[in-house]
Amino acid sequence: MDTVVLDVADVNKNFAGLQALSNVNLKIKEGKTHAVIGPNGAGKSTLLNVCVGRLQPDTGSVTFDGEIITGKKPYEINQAGVARVFQTPEIFADLSVEHNVMVAALAKRDGSFHPHAFRNLVSETAIHDEALAVLEDLGLKRMREMKAESLSRGDKRRLELAMCLIQHPRLLLLDEPTAGMSRHDTNQTIDVLKRIKERGMTKVIIEHDMHVVFSLADWITVLAQGAIIAEGPPEEIRGNPKVQEAYLGGAHE
Amino acid sequence: MMITRSPRHDMMMIGVFALVVLTMPIWLAPFGAAYPDLLQKFVIFGIMAVGYNILFGLTGYLSFGHAAFLGVGSYSAVWMFKLFTMNVIPAVIIGTLMAGVFAVVIGYVCLRRSGIYFSILTLALAQMCYNLAYSVLTPITNGETGLQIRPTDPRIIDAMFLEPTERVPTTTLFGIDMTGYGGFYFCAVALIITFFISVRIFRSPFGLKLRAIKSNQNRLNYTGINTRPYLLIAFVISGMYAGLAGSLLAVTDPLAGAERMQWTASGEIVLMTILGGAGTLFGPILGAWIIKYFENIFSAFNDGRLHEIFSFLPDTLESIAVGISAQFVGEGWHLTLGLMFMLIVIFLPGGLIEGFNRIVARLRPGQARRRAPAVEEKEAS
Ligand SMILES: Nc1ncnc2c1ncn2[C@@H]1O[C@H](COP(=O)(O)OP(=O)(O)OP(=O)(O)O)[C@@H](O)[C@H]1O
Ligand SMILES: [Mg+2]
Repeated sequence: MDTVVLDVADVNKNFAGLQALSNVNLKIKEGKTHAVIGPNGAGKSTLLNVCVGRLQPDTGSVTFDGEIITGKKPYEINQAGVARVFQTPEIFADLSVEHNVMVAALAKRDGSFHPHAFRNLVSETAIHDEALAVLEDLGLKRMREMKAESLSRGDKRRLELAMCLIQHPRLLLLDEPTAGMSRHDTNQTIDVLKRIKERGMTKVIIEHDMHVVFSLADWITVLAQGAIIAEGPPEEIRGNPKVQEAYLGGAHE
Repeated sequence: MMITRSPRHDMMMIGVFALVVLTMPIWLAPFGAAYPDLLQKFVIFGIMAVGYNILFGLTGYLSFGHAAFLGVGSYSAVWMFKLFTMNVIPAVIIGTLMAGVFAVVIGYVCLRRSGIYFSILTLALAQMCYNLAYSVLTPITNGETGLQIRPTDPRIIDAMFLEPTERVPTTTLFGIDMTGYGGFYFCAVALIITFFISVRIFRSPFGLKLRAIKSNQNRLNYTGINTRPYLLIAFVISGMYAGLAGSLLAVTDPLAGAERMQWTASGEIVLMTILGGAGTLFGPILGAWIIKYFENIFSAFNDGRLHEIFSFLPDTLESIAVGISAQFVGEGWHLTLGLMFMLIVIFLPGGLIEGFNRIVARLRPGQARRRAPAVEEKEAS
């Protein structure tokens, strides 16, 4: 019934003897917010890296929208409709906040390559207006002319989110989008993510903050030491003893 | 840091720039630099630096091989003079295009790597060109002697229209002699046009993406942009600028030698760009002018001049002052340049333009502050 947007099938990834992902299977359904949780070093970020083409899995495959994307270049995967917020913000530190978002919008409009060498940025009014709207949405409009590098950590994260949102991706991957944010900013980000959800955008969210996870997730997957140890709707995961153990006692083994 | 500026503002800026360039013979006179030979170098290396800045200033890719394109431009231009006509137009066009062809090949190879590996690759390929010019390619480059115009050259097109002469002909633009001031004005127009193009690139979405490459290439990949073609285009454009500069060198003095392609020549372009301010519109041109000025004026200072300058001092002090400063002029001008470069990199990493901007900001306190947040929609476009 539900369309599967992203299908991770039997993915293994080994780093010099460290099994970062072992036989991971994951189906992300259309319009849902899917949380992936687990202790530090569980392999959560590695999983996203495999999805966006930063890493190649040793075995297994990733299918997006019915098409296998393993082996494709990161920019091709982005163009197919996957946008990602990184664990440590990846932004254009030397550019203004506004230009950060405009680059993302231009990339979306022009595809991987289009030399608009002789047009003035000033005449890109549609792109500019759209960028301002997204910045407003995320409470960054005030800072639009500041260098991105001068933003606080929380604001950098929001800027990266803005860069993803302006691309209207079909799938949004968020690696700890609220880490380093104050309670107030976290709540504001939760609101933004809820609004996106209403628009039907599919999301994968990695998060340590359980308040965020339980406010947003429709489905939760728990990773520990590279393997999925539990999966289910939030209520079920909350009471799962295996999950409690992985979080509290996983380090003993 | 302002990237977006209204086209009107830009046109005014280019107009002022054009005026400054065209009046160089006047305002450079008090500095003792208003003779055609040096003026030509100012504008030609200005073109070189403007082009280099499109690659290094915008994308951050540091090429150590741009002198190779300069050399290719020169050789191609001289061959055009020898084979076809002393008119400079075909020479300039072919010189620029040939450098572009070389840039496509060299860029394609070097841009497979980034950072220091890219720099090393460009250095290696440029040195290869230099060595080839001295060895296997001597039939084309005439080796150490350099490629020269001879009365016996075919000059097919000229031969059809002009009386053959015994003398070595000079380069012309439809009859206007291109060796003296004529050559300067020709090159000055080229500088103004190429500067205009670079301003357009700086202000375009293309330029913004190039800046984004410098800032965070990784992010760009995950934002759906394939950076390789952008880099290659920037590389080829800057290579063609270098080729144009090389052919203009041949226009003003129709002789091409391989020393133009040596790595020190490539290094000089890097110095110019950083000295003036990489990534700024005027910085690299300023850097080129300063370095060429030092190279020609400072290096010509001798003890006699120094004694004259310090003659107001008592005799013993005078000879000490002359003794010390003599180390920094004449043959020692490299020392001055080195010191200056060091001071700038340490105290003004943004180059002379940054220093200039700081002074302006100091003179107009609060200006930058007031422009910031709260004022919402006050864009004059
Ligand atoms: N490129 C890499 N090379 C080698 N080892 C890696 C690499 N990337 C991740 N690892 C290792 O793989 C394991 C899983 O890392 P990963 O970043 O996926 O964890 P995580 O679940 O995102 O943790 P955290 O919550 O701390 O972000 C860790 O032990 C990490 O050191
Ligand atoms: Mg992680």
